[in-house]
Amino acid sequence: MNGHKRKCDKCDRPATVHLTEIIDGQKLEKHLCEVCATQEGLTLQPTMGINQMLEEFISHTQQAKQLGELVCDHCGMSFLEFRQGGLLGCPHDYEAFATALVPLLQRAHEGAGEHVGKVPTHAGGDEQRQTQLLRLRTALKDAVVNELYEQAARLRDEIHKLETS
Amino acid sequence: MKLSDLSHRLAQWLAGTGPLAEIVISSRIRLARNVAGFPFLSRCSEDQRRQIADTLQGAITAAGVLDDPLTVDVEQAVELDRQFLVERQLISRQHAAGSGARRMLANGAETVALMVNEEDHLRMQVLATGLQLESAYETIDRIDDAVEKRVAYAYSGRYGYLTACPTNVGTGIRVSVMLHLPALKMTGEIEKVFQAARDMRLAIRGLFGEGTEAGGDFFQVSNQTTLGRTEKQIIQDFREQIIPDIIQYEKVAREALVDRKTDVIDDKVFRSLGLLRCARLLSTSETLFHLSLIRLGVHLGRIRDLSLQTVNELFLFSQPGHLQKAAGREMTPDERAKARAEMIRAKLN
Ligand SMILES: [Zn+2]
Ligand SMILES: [Zn+2]
Repeated sequence: MNGHKRKCDKCDRPATVHLTEIIDGQKLEKHLCEVCATQEGLTLQPTMGINQMLEEFISHTQQAKQLGELVCDHCGMSFLEFRQGGLLGCPHDYEAFATALVPLLQRAHEGAGEHVGKVPTHAGGDEQRQTQLLRLRTALKDAVVNELYEQAARLRDEIHKLETS
Repeated sequence: MKLSDLSHRLAQWLAGTGPLAEIVISSRIRLARNVAGFPFLSRCSEDQRRQIADTLQGAITAAGVLDDPLTVDVEQAVELDRQFLVERQLISRQHAAGSGARRMLANGAETVALMVNEEDHLRMQVLATGLQLESAYETIDRIDDAVEKRVAYAYSGRYGYLTACPTNVGTGIRVSVMLHLPALKMTGEIEKVFQAARDMRLAIRGLFGEGTEAGGDFFQVSNQTTLGRTEKQIIQDFREQIIPDIIQYEKVAREALVDRKTDVIDDKVFRSLGLLRCARLLSTSETLFHLSLIRLGVHLGRIRDLSLQTVNELFLFSQPGHLQKAAGREMTPDERAKARAEMIRAKLN
């Protein structure tokens, strides 16, 4: 981040996005805050990696502490762990970490937050079943680790039933 | 198809015959998918990894999407074989260096390669010679449909295809082209191209090495946005907005070099050719440097007795994994330098 404090061209927040455009040989400078930059469809440092993006995002978020405490009840991944490793633990994390992830997705994807592309033919009614399978498989993994073999056998049956239904 | 069948063969995507192949070496489209009902790999037990690998391999085989298939158990493969696959771009460096159950399935022509348990459960790629993004997408889309009939993917109506890293979520698509830009590099205009690409939110990196400097004149440009645009829009933006400009700049720069600096360019090109025809020891980076100039000389019609395809072959076969596969043994860097020079002399003389 630049050291000098400069206000956003459009509002009173500090400008964090600095752009130089050359239009018809005229040099044009823009200084915007993140909010206005996103509204203009401009995004920050496009080559920034996910870790750097997370780092910046977290350090600029007041609820950073609360966000760090978000935990997925399916796979046990915490938002803090995600921050450190850069990879999510399971598909459900997109829901579990939504408050923290949505702004992040928007920054990574030019302000977009929703999918408009291809839809798999089996999509739709399956989401609930996917979630349940995920929960059962995580429970199975825990049962095996804790040597609870009867419970593991029961969970295996349940998974099999759900898979073949 | 066996791995050893490939070691003396040019990969089809390096044939040098596709549209604009003198500048666009290859086009690649990759899709990221995960199997529904399983955690992402960072949270999978070894048992789950294996289940995912078996499920996907079974589905891909049953779908019958790979002609003359080549299947490699990357977990069991020796390091040399993994390096060989990386050099042919059939797997990523990350996949080669990973751990646990992971596999690679490709078609015999090596235009389609599927990585199982890389960063996501499934990464599918199509590689084509020259600039051929639309047809590459048609192929990968068809394969995706066929696999998806047999395996439910992790997908949400809101976020699309769910991926381990949020930078891939949505379409899960990565569109890239590998470019040869020696003239822009020579005239120093390459920085402008980098800046323009970054402004268009494209990632650009040097190939055959780390960073944008290493490896000289070869660059890979890829999209970064995967969410909020359709696959077709992403490809179209990529195809129409920046790539034609880069190609045009390179063409103009090449023509200007021939028109205004004929002697200088001839001197560079023929020095490189002479050097590769005579050298007894060659390192990878030295080879790349001279092959790049020879490739330019071939396209400009200064060198008439070589084809782009031969030059592409030299790029591929001079890499460490390929030299060692051809020799059938592991070699020290010094031994490789000698073998590389020998192989190149044999092809060029
Ligand atoms: Zn503002
Ligand atoms: Zn989770």
